[in-house]
Amino acid sequence: MADKLRAQQQLEQLQARYVGTGHADTTKFEWTSNIHRDSYASYIGHPPMLSYMAIGMGECREKVRSMMIEKMIQPVGRPPEAQD
Amino acid sequence: MATTSSMFMYSLTLQPPTAVTQAILGQFAGTKEQQIVTAAGSRLTLHRPDPSQGKIIPALSHDVFGIIRAIAAFRLAGSSKDYIIITSDSGRITIVEYLPAQNKFNRLHLETFGKSGVRRVIPGQYLAVDPKGRACLTASVEKNKLVYVLNRNSQAELTISSPLEAHKAQTLVFALVALDVGYANPVFAALEVDYGDSDQDPTGQAYEEIEKTLVYYELDLGLNHVVRKWSDPVDRTATILFQVPGGTDGPSGVLVCGEDNITYRHSNQEAFRVAIPRRKGATEDPQRKRTIVAGVMHKLKGAAGAFFFLLQTEDGDLFKITIEMVEDDNGQPTGEVKRLKIKYFDTVPVASSLCILKSGFLFVASEFGNHQFYQFEKLGDDDEEIEFTSDNFPTDPTEPYTPVYFHPRPAENLSLVESIDSMNPLMDCQVANLTEEDAPQIYSICGTGARSTFRTLKHGLEVSEIVESVLPGVPSAVWTTKLTRNDTFDAYIILSFSNVTLVLSIGETVEEVTDTGFLSTTPTLAVQQLGEDGLIQVHPKGIRHIRADRRINEWAAPQHRSIVAATTNERQVAVALSSGEIVYFEMDSDGSLAEYDEKKEMSGTVTCLSLGEVPEGRVRSQFLAVGCDDSTVRILSLDPDSTLENKSVQALTSAPSALSIMAMADSSSGGSTLYLHIGLYSGVYLRTVLDEVTGELSDTRTRFLGPKPAKLFKVSVQGQTAVLALSSRPWLGYSDPVTKGFMLTPLNYPGLEWGWNFSSEQCTEGMVGIQGQNLRIFSIEKITDNLLQESIQLTYTPRRFVRHPEHPYFYTIESDNNILSPATKNKLLQDPAVVNGDATVLPPEEFGYPRGRGHWASCISVVDPVTEKKVLQKIDLEDNEAAVSVATVSFASQEDEVFLIVGTGKDMVVSPRSSTAGFIHVYRFHEDGKEIEFIHKTKVEEPPMALLGFQGRLLAGIGKDLRIYDLGMRQLLRKAQAEVVPNLIVGLQTQGSRIVVSDVQESIFMVVYKFQENRLIPFVDDTVPRWTTCTTMVDYETVAGGDKFGNLWLLRCPAKASEEADEEGSGAHLLHERQYLQGAPHRLTLMAHFFPQDIPMSIHKTNLVAGGRDCLLWSGLQGTLGILIPFIHSLAYGQETNDRRGTGSLGAGDRAKNFCKSAHIL
Repeated sequence: MADKLRAQQQLEQLQARYVGTGHADTTKFEWTSNIHRDSYASYIGHPPMLSYMAIGMGECREKVRSMMIEKMIQPVGRPPEAQD
Repeated sequence: MATTSSMFMYSLTLQPPTAVTQAILGQFAGTKEQQIVTAAGSRLTLHRPDPSQGKIIPALSHDVFGIIRAIAAFRLAGSSKDYIIITSDSGRITIVEYLPAQNKFNRLHLETFGKSGVRRVIPGQYLAVDPKGRACLTASVEKNKLVYVLNRNSQAELTISSPLEAHKAQTLVFALVALDVGYANPVFAALEVDYGDSDQDPTGQAYEEIEKTLVYYELDLGLNHVVRKWSDPVDRTATILFQVPGGTDGPSGVLVCGEDNITYRHSNQEAFRVAIPRRKGATEDPQRKRTIVAGVMHKLKGAAGAFFFLLQTEDGDLFKITIEMVEDDNGQPTGEVKRLKIKYFDTVPVASSLCILKSGFLFVASEFGNHQFYQFEKLGDDDEEIEFTSDNFPTDPTEPYTPVYFHPRPAENLSLVESIDSMNPLMDCQVANLTEEDAPQIYSICGTGARSTFRTLKHGLEVSEIVESVLPGVPSAVWTTKLTRNDTFDAYIILSFSNVTLVLSIGETVEEVTDTGFLSTTPTLAVQQLGEDGLIQVHPKGIRHIRADRRINEWAAPQHRSIVAATTNERQVAVALSSGEIVYFEMDSDGSLAEYDEKKEMSGTVTCLSLGEVPEGRVRSQFLAVGCDDSTVRILSLDPDSTLENKSVQALTSAPSALSIMAMADSSSGGSTLYLHIGLYSGVYLRTVLDEVTGELSDTRTRFLGPKPAKLFKVSVQGQTAVLALSSRPWLGYSDPVTKGFMLTPLNYPGLEWGWNFSSEQCTEGMVGIQGQNLRIFSIEKITDNLLQESIQLTYTPRRFVRHPEHPYFYTIESDNNILSPATKNKLLQDPAVVNGDATVLPPEEFGYPRGRGHWASCISVVDPVTEKKVLQKIDLEDNEAAVSVATVSFASQEDEVFLIVGTGKDMVVSPRSSTAGFIHVYRFHEDGKEIEFIHKTKVEEPPMALLGFQGRLLAGIGKDLRIYDLGMRQLLRKAQAEVVPNLIVGLQTQGSRIVVSDVQESIFMVVYKFQENRLIPFVDDTVPRWTTCTTMVDYETVAGGDKFGNLWLLRCPAKASEEADEEGSGAHLLHERQYLQGAPHRLTLMAHFFPQDIPMSIHKTNLVAGGRDCLLWSGLQGTLGILIPFIHSLAYGQETNDRRGTGSLGAGDRAKNFCKSAHIL
């Protein structure tokens, strides 16, 4: 029992430290939101990738950067209705 | 090194990335002089601006082998030196100082805080430093913020604390700056959005109501913790923050810049808001709102409150923003803000960073295209621009107001002094030898919008010619000499012809002189200024020593023998006789030459000799190098105890034609090393290290210069000793000023027969050379850049280009999104309602094209990069079509005539991808390809993203379909079609009947075309999704390619699958072969994989050196040019990896996982 508790505690610690660590009840919405947020953060963080997208869109890099952070707020639309 | 592949490639960078992600300003050397540090890709470069010349000179470049995410400069209180903080993808924060004496970066601290990699919650994206240098904050896009306290210990060394956390979950950061609070507790301001509620609310109401907040984080230095001190909602569209001077300099606080507005905010002040003026003009949309994308704050010396901002919009317009403060009774500013003022300043290219130097310069690190260096003419204080103040605008961001407008105009305040070449973004690149030179050239298309260029790159140094004059005969050699040891400049030019010697004096004019004491009736072998004030002329019959008082001492060669080779320095002379004897002379204390008693007999005929320079503080050079026609070089000692004794010998592949002993700067010790340079009759050049004590020869490096015998001369370039090596073309061997490594680079100059150093009042560091009957005097101004660039201006962002199969012309397709086409633009300009002032058209290179959402401007250009060096023809596309692909195809049905095929899309939307139609245009070549003529166009469902000539027909990738077209009278005729990829075909390569198809997302597919059955059958695919950008076939089974995430890879088709696909009549079998895991029947295997830190945009299998092995040349979006060289043995791989370890890295990256090395070779 103690082992189980410790595993649970460790998982919780991981979840607190690393955003997006999954659990048994992760919903599709949570998972996809998380993936998209990770992707956007990576696009912003890799300078050549940001340039690539800016050239493709015909915008300047700073605008694309802020647009992507803006998209991170709700990357995959509204959350689903809570189901019991 | 667990790997199953037997293929190893060596990655070399020919040109490092030139895209600057960030530039910072500081006094990094600890002197008053300001330097600029730029982060470009993985390189940290220190530039030294030279205000007198108006130039920026790169002083040091360091590869950190990681992705530099942010850099910041800071200075501890009371210090005069700025340090650099770097955050990289290593999960560590690095503090680096610049050591001017050693010209290197020194790592002071390296603190680990998180996982490596660019991740959402690992700090490093943002970095802000307290203006007083007491603390720094680094934040990630989401949640995490770490504060480090910076201080100094009792030894006055910089210390860094363990990090203090200021995390807030589910919070996104848009911008981060440090507040200027004087010496109060450090405060950092962040622009944040909390998405916690919107993630829980299925109605979407919480999302609608999300607020953007300006949050202050205060570091309590006493309690050593961070608190969220203040937060207040700001404009929802705000994206960027700027620090406002505080303490005694100003009111403190921040400027919050959002769409169409700039707001001053501070916790204890009122808000002040001003609109961003919009451009006025016939082609401008009056409703389009601007945002600030870059900016800089500058404090002027003197009065408090004397500071201003230059903020830039996405059009490139700079606006000057000033803050007016309430004045007290004495007219002194109180620190209470009264109003915000904005006015148009000038227009410069859109910047990723702006730096204002104290010396009155502005450095614009452009986000795309060349970086610019401007000088301030004035500060826009008393011009006629309309100034808008915050009095006229409501502070509430939701309240409406009347927008304001301005007319852009040519620059008044800034004047461009230098444009620094940058190939960023490098869209496509090809290697071809169009000029019939020894080495091929690299042709590339780069830049965006109106600042796009077609660039030709050549390996070589720029030479500036000073004099070229025709001589009466063909001289065999030329020398220059000064008259006395203390002269700074040369006095004579001595020319040797087949049987006479001509002396020219250097002065205001260059004219012949006869009373110099030189023997004019004989050819000359060597000339030297000897001792204090003597001159030496070595001729075949003897040595003539001319004293200052015109007394002449002559040493005559023994009877029936003549001098065949000679070498001299300021104290020694050695000559070789036709009999193979060497006679050695040394200068006596009285200034006369004394012959050494014994002659040294060599085994063969001596072809060349070399004495080194007399080292400082010594009386003689220790060694004499002797080259003989038995293909050897011997080193003889000149030590008085062992004069002319053999020290060492080196065997060569051919007889040596020239020797030169020279001390040169080297990279390892910072000192200098003695080298023996050897030129051979076969045109090979060797460089050997000569041990200064033992005379041993070691560490030989070889290079083929050209088919002619190599000649070597010692010259002086940019203050350092260099070797001029002449063969069929001239080369210069020098040590790179930044890395100190030895470089051998061809000069961009005609082939010379002889060269010598030249120094006069007009040209202190020049060279004189003979080319046929011409005497040429030239100099080399710049040795930092060994790739020569030539640019041709293009119209829009170039996307792809192709070469004419026979003639030296290129065809570029250019297109720009959200830009008005010329037709639309003209219609707007010709509208009679347009007021006169609105109809002025400003040069688009500086001001950009008028924008319009959903519009495309596109053209096809014919470029002649060799003779006329310009765009010969430009065809604009109409009806909102934009070119996406191009190919030259020879149609078998048209007697193999070659046509230019261009794929276009109509009304394209980039994301999510859509278009109303696609077209394939066909153009006919005229006048050997100088002109193209439109024939017809064929409508297809989607824009064809890939086109290729294939077995006398056209292969086109249209969406998921691969099609074969033949040319008809009115349109293209579809001959075969198959759906071969899951998403979108973006690239095609072919060999035989095999086609390599790249998918936008799912790596590559190999397709075989069965002519009999007229079917296209995919037979092998990949297991990994690769967002392919470029591919090339390395051999029939192997494909090299790159993807959007910056990987380079080599994939190989299994031998069995490859054989099966080509079997005669296997079509039916292949077609009905069982699928493997819902894909093709076979899978590709990965042979090599590498992350080069840039997005590969093109890759080619090519050969860059005459006679060299094939290599893979790839070009990266940020301007990187690199090559991959295959290792022949895997053993070499192991050795090289071991060599890499232990070599210094700043540790910002410090990852040995990437097996890469930067060097310049071609």
